[in-house]
Amino acid sequence: MKKITVSFTLNGDQVEAEVPSTWNLLRTLREYFEITGPKEGCGVGECGACTVLIDGKAVNSCIYPVAEVEGKTVTTIEGLAGEDGTLHPLQKAFLENNGVQCGFCTSGMIMSAKALLDENPDPDEDEIRTSLSGNLCRCTGYVQIVESVQKAAEMMKDKS
Amino acid sequence: MSEYLYVGKNIPRTAEVDKVTGRAIYINDLKRPGMLYGKIKYSEYAHARIKHIDTSKAKKLPGVRAVITGYDIPDVRVGFLRDQTVLKKDKVRQFRDEVAAVAAISPEIAEEACDLIEVEYEELPGLFDPFEAMKEDAPLIHEVDARGRPIRTNILPLPWKFEAGDIEEGRKASAYIVKDSVETTWVNQCCMGTSGCIAEFDMNNNLTLYNQANVIFWDKRRIMEYFAQIGLKDSKVRIVNPIVGGSFGTKLDTDIYEFIAIQLALKTRRPVKILFTREEEFFALPPRQPAIFEIEQGCDKDGKLTFRWAKAILDNGAYTSWGATTPSVMMMPMSSLYRVPNVYFEAKCVYTNNIYCQAMRGYGNPQATFAVETSMDHLAEEAGIDPAELRLINCNHSGDVTPMRLKITSCGLEECIKGVKEKLDWDKKRGKRNGRGVGMASLIHVAGGARVYKSDGHGMIIKVDEHGHVDVMSGGTDQGQGSPTALAQIIAEALGFRPDDINLVFGDTAFGLWDAGTHASRHTFIAGNAALEACAKVKRQILELAVVELPKLIKHQIKRQKRKDPDFKEPDLDFSLIANPEDLDIRDRIVFSKKDPENPYFRTEVSNILREALHVGTGKSHVVVAEAFYDPPTEMLDREFKGNLSCTYAFGTTGVEVEVDEKTGEVKILQLYAAHDVGKAINPTLIKGQIYGAGYIGVGYGLTEEMKLEKGRVMNPNFLDYKMLTAKDNIPVTPMIIETDEKDGPYGAKGIGEPGLVPTAPAIANAVYDAIGVRINDLPITPEKVLKALKEKRKEK
Ligand code: FES
Ligand code: FES
Repeated sequence: MKKITVSFTLNGDQVEAEVPSTWNLLRTLREYFEITGPKEGCGVGECGACTVLIDGKAVNSCIYPVAEVEGKTVTTIEGLAGEDGTLHPLQKAFLENNGVQCGFCTSGMIMSAKALLDENPDPDEDEIRTSLSGNLCRCTGYVQIVESVQKAAEMMKDKS
Repeated sequence: MSEYLYVGKNIPRTAEVDKVTGRAIYINDLKRPGMLYGKIKYSEYAHARIKHIDTSKAKKLPGVRAVITGYDIPDVRVGFLRDQTVLKKDKVRQFRDEVAAVAAISPEIAEEACDLIEVEYEELPGLFDPFEAMKEDAPLIHEVDARGRPIRTNILPLPWKFEAGDIEEGRKASAYIVKDSVETTWVNQCCMGTSGCIAEFDMNNNLTLYNQANVIFWDKRRIMEYFAQIGLKDSKVRIVNPIVGGSFGTKLDTDIYEFIAIQLALKTRRPVKILFTREEEFFALPPRQPAIFEIEQGCDKDGKLTFRWAKAILDNGAYTSWGATTPSVMMMPMSSLYRVPNVYFEAKCVYTNNIYCQAMRGYGNPQATFAVETSMDHLAEEAGIDPAELRLINCNHSGDVTPMRLKITSCGLEECIKGVKEKLDWDKKRGKRNGRGVGMASLIHVAGGARVYKSDGHGMIIKVDEHGHVDVMSGGTDQGQGSPTALAQIIAEALGFRPDDINLVFGDTAFGLWDAGTHASRHTFIAGNAALEACAKVKRQILELAVVELPKLIKHQIKRQKRKDPDFKEPDLDFSLIANPEDLDIRDRIVFSKKDPENPYFRTEVSNILREALHVGTGKSHVVVAEAFYDPPTEMLDREFKGNLSCTYAFGTTGVEVEVDEKTGEVKILQLYAAHDVGKAINPTLIKGQIYGAGYIGVGYGLTEEMKLEKGRVMNPNFLDYKMLTAKDNIPVTPMIIETDEKDGPYGAKGIGEPGLVPTAPAIANAVYDAIGVRINDLPITPEKVLKALKEKRKEK
């Protein structure tokens, strides 16, 4: 199997991976780097469970060819909390507002929300719902997820 | 009881912090050393005879460790009616039939090996319509039953028939009668975490099965029974749940892939993991049981229900899992939703070559409630009574005993109906037929356990260590409903600790005591009651130790103070105030004297007591641990399917306002109120989460979701073609929590896991009728169906 080497920034660290060229980014993250946050819910770009940030944009990593990550910056949910373990406001808000139930969609959900808040710190409900529309959740009916994102936005505003 | 510290509060889900940091380990993430990957080769036909299976090419593929077919493993039948084998070798009866399986060093190699397995079939005519399958000359899907006796019909030998009162009398007493045909289809549970397991044997042939079962002790039992038949009767079985990525019914039965993983692990002597793809999740897991109803109801001139008669046909698919038992739950709304004196209900389950079915949130209740509640609206119209009024006239009330012998304890149904009516501005909005309409539907469901197994019990072990940390071993499972928080609140309240002190361990048959499973909305109620019993014992133990240790601690303290300050004046303490366990209590981790609660000498951190009691320096040290097993005082249904199978029942009403676009047929939900009698909300935020989540699945059931089967094949096994709602659909669900303080519930709570789903679809159907005057009686209510019905209506005019 043809292998390729890619180097990129992963959650703040400069990393390198040698993986089969056919692999996608999700597989590289999960199998090569043993990161468990991004999940495979469908593997074909339809559920958002595998969402990570690439150069700040939310991307379905399951359909992102690993070769294309060369030189880019990847953030997964593992890169969200502070080094001392302080949770990101989104993580806190999801726990406080029941934005998480089974939790399988949560990593992806939070990463999509992060991409939104980084770009638009004060989104309205519609904007939140649009940003999360690629992330399926079977447990919550999305209501408390949207509330969590709103609460996180407030927390982040208060801080800055 | 004074004001609660934790019960009724919105305690955050901090216990599940791993889920927001990517650290929670699901079956998808779990690896065992030396683990192999299993894949299944499925049938290529809905119905065919297997003529030949050639695995030689697959076996030669490098990296393959085992290839098995029905010829390599014992010919043992499994399943609720034992109507299938693990691997099929003579005949396939549905597309998901497992014909062979491979274990290899990677999932890709396993997959490739599956493709290399050559199976020669002789296609047989398929049966895809239960009515065709019931015909006398229909070909048989199964030739013999589990005991080898010939089968003469495709109708399953299941006794689903319920009778109470006298239907003919009811008919005679009726001023109005309506009859309807109603249909519900297959829907997929759509757990976001796909299904999977790892089977691992030790050298003594003891099995550890990492899986997602939500009835771990039944799962163990089914596997033990299987073992007994394959020569492993002395093997021990341990079931361990990693974090579960949603269940919604899928984890109630032991699925065939689990037996396959076990066989592959046995053969290779290595741990074997099978993990479903999303596509498999759609075509190889049993979905919700579809049902076709004929329903007839009547009322007298005052609107009092006189009778309810219904027949259901269930397309069972090719084999039998829990889907075939959904009629036992259908009987509940059929007989007991609203007061109805005369009831007849029967259901036939019919083998076809379609996919076989299982449980899904609500079991058979959403199907049957769709029939009952759309028919209620029809009857209201026939009788010229407001549909909300008809429901109120026949409303269930506390103290009722229903025809099924369900004993209604607390009952908030009237409040739910009235509340929803008011919120919707019902009287103003109803009956306009201007493209906008309102509709409602109610539900009854078990909410205090469900005695479907002979034990409906739950065992819980609680220990408190010298640090004041509380470890709780529950025999139950958590699928994301929030038990690590809700139960921690109950336990913290009952023990006098803080929720943060409580560490709950779920889903391990080695640690937990028996539990009948996290299903039937029973977990908070049953586990909560077990927790209360265990907490009472633990607390008593702590207070007994405190009677001994607290005086010693006080004397030490005084001594210390004296040493520090020679002028210290020894307080005049009345030790008789702390002489008996009854004199003491614990609140917020502090042991104190009930008779002198503010006295600082009589107050100490509970861990001080526990430490002193453990490190005593003699042969009399103590640890604190207690166990409780709570089995509710309920009864199994008798032969007539009557009996009080739950301690209490949930009631609720969903009311919706819709707008129907007559050009596109699109139904838009403008408002959705979901009023639920929850007994007592242990954690209102978590309860709302259950209502929102269930409500959304209910809206999907009503409007968008359907597995499209064409000659037995699932045609839409992906999220593009199977329409689950997204955040963008923005259904404005407003939960309304009604508290009735159930006397048997833990702190008054009732179950609420399933109810939110049950009345949603019929409420929508009724609102659509109110909006445009056409009744869509088969789910989902798609734009195509709306347009077709409108066209027909225009033609009639
Ligand atoms: S796993 Fe990537 S979108 Fe579903
Ligand atoms: S929390 Fe379970 S899928 Fe979203």
